[in-house]
Amino acid sequence: MRAFDFVVADSPAAARALLREVPGSRFYAGGTTLVDLMKADVERPGRVVDISRLPLTAIERSGEVVRIGALARNSDVAYDPLIATNFPVVAQALLSGASGQIRNSATIGGNLLQRTRCSYFRETRWRCNKREPGSGCDALEGFNRGHAVLGTSEACIATYPGDLAVALTALGAHVVVEGERGERTIALVDFYLLPGDRPEHETTLAYGELITAIELRVEPLHVRSHYLKVRDRASYEFALVSVACALRIDGGRIAAARLALGGVATVPWRAYAAEESLTGAEAGDAAYRVAAERALDGARTREHNAFKVELARRAIVRALRATAGSAA
Amino acid sequence: MRREPRQRGMSCFPGCRTLLRTTLEVLTVPIAQRPPAPARTPQPLTFTLNGRQATFMVEPVATLLDLLRERAELPGTKKGCDRGQCGACTVLVNGRRTLSCLALALAHAGDEIVTVEGLDDDGRLHPVQRAFIEHDAFQCGYCTPGQIMSAVALIAEGRARTDDEIREAMSGNICRCGAYPNIVAAIAAARDAS
Repeated sequence: MRAFDFVVADSPAAARALLREVPGSRFYAGGTTLVDLMKADVERPGRVVDISRLPLTAIERSGEVVRIGALARNSDVAYDPLIATNFPVVAQALLSGASGQIRNSATIGGNLLQRTRCSYFRETRWRCNKREPGSGCDALEGFNRGHAVLGTSEACIATYPGDLAVALTALGAHVVVEGERGERTIALVDFYLLPGDRPEHETTLAYGELITAIELRVEPLHVRSHYLKVRDRASYEFALVSVACALRIDGGRIAAARLALGGVATVPWRAYAAEESLTGAEAGDAAYRVAAERALDGARTREHNAFKVELARRAIVRALRATAGSAA
Repeated sequence: MRREPRQRGMSCFPGCRTLLRTTLEVLTVPIAQRPPAPARTPQPLTFTLNGRQATFMVEPVATLLDLLRERAELPGTKKGCDRGQCGACTVLVNGRRTLSCLALALAHAGDEIVTVEGLDDDGRLHPVQRAFIEHDAFQCGYCTPGQIMSAVALIAEGRARTDDEIREAMSGNICRCGAYPNIVAAIAAARDAS
């Protein structure tokens, strides 16, 4: 690791001020992504601002909104009755990610900002437009089995690696951010940026802004929800494909549907066209297969990742079946 | 055998050694490249280590793992991958199993840290340690301290109810000797005995 300053913040405002004092600083919450990437020399902060003790850990319901403090740990959120009962897809996504140890350290806010696992991003000897803008992308013609087929560009095909954000995207969650001009709330689908020709810009967060909470709406649709993660081994592995979905079924017909994909796209991928095809259809495999086709429309494959398209289609059908069959 | 963590004051030898090394490093860097902020030098850190208060002078780059092994002279906690992938460095932080290789030491002021050296009760092995011996739950032993710390916390969490739950919850601890069946058996036995 390169040398850096370490300072502890005692309030969100102090944290933002300490960050802005030194360009290229980073907040430290759980450390699980940051320290890993500092050891890889991918992250090179001049200053690390410890925000882990800030009082942003509460999980509270106010009316129909559940607010999760950004510093709540992944494991605490996953096992919280308010989350497990109202948003099963969120609890399942969290528990499918990383290991017990990492879930105890990782925070909800930090998890949203988890960086890609693209090996060309993580190894500094390769060219990577995300790590060094304008340098090129060695993944395009490299070993790209794990890479994205949706939302890619000629500059970047790195997959968004997380599980939580996929579940939150399906449920239309919002991110609460504190900055210079006070608080702002951003829909998660607007929070992540497609790589385009600037893959180094991953979110709409400005330098010095701090995520303080995530908000989810309590509604019956969100109770009948499910997370399916397909990967190379049964546990402690990133997704090849993951599906987050929620259904409301009235009299055998789908009244409302939410569908998002992980492991196949450059950002948590909300499949709006698939949701539209499901809405009003009779619940069953025929509708699920149509939705699966719609969800992968526009997929662009590379040498090693074409299998992800069919894998994703099958995972979508299986996840929708499981959701329709779950008690709600 | 229990090894007591040594109490270290701010003027003790390892702290001086670190200061000297840091000073030498700074002096060999051209003036224009010298870091402007003094916060890169060691800072005092106090926490509870295996039941006793301990204070160290710690550089920002030190992980909790490096502090435990190199300064506290508690080598039971192992450095495997050093990148959060193997679980050999698992310790308890405020009762929760945590990877010490991905934690900056200075972020743990005031915390209660327990390593495998702190598990025994006056020389009597912890029930999970005894179960690992009884069930032959290791071969080379390098992953074992991490396996044991993870298992102790898992049983305390109450989520080791079935063998499948144990397998899933222990997936963050890799054993390259492949002692997994006996590890599961040891944890189940320790759970039943507790």
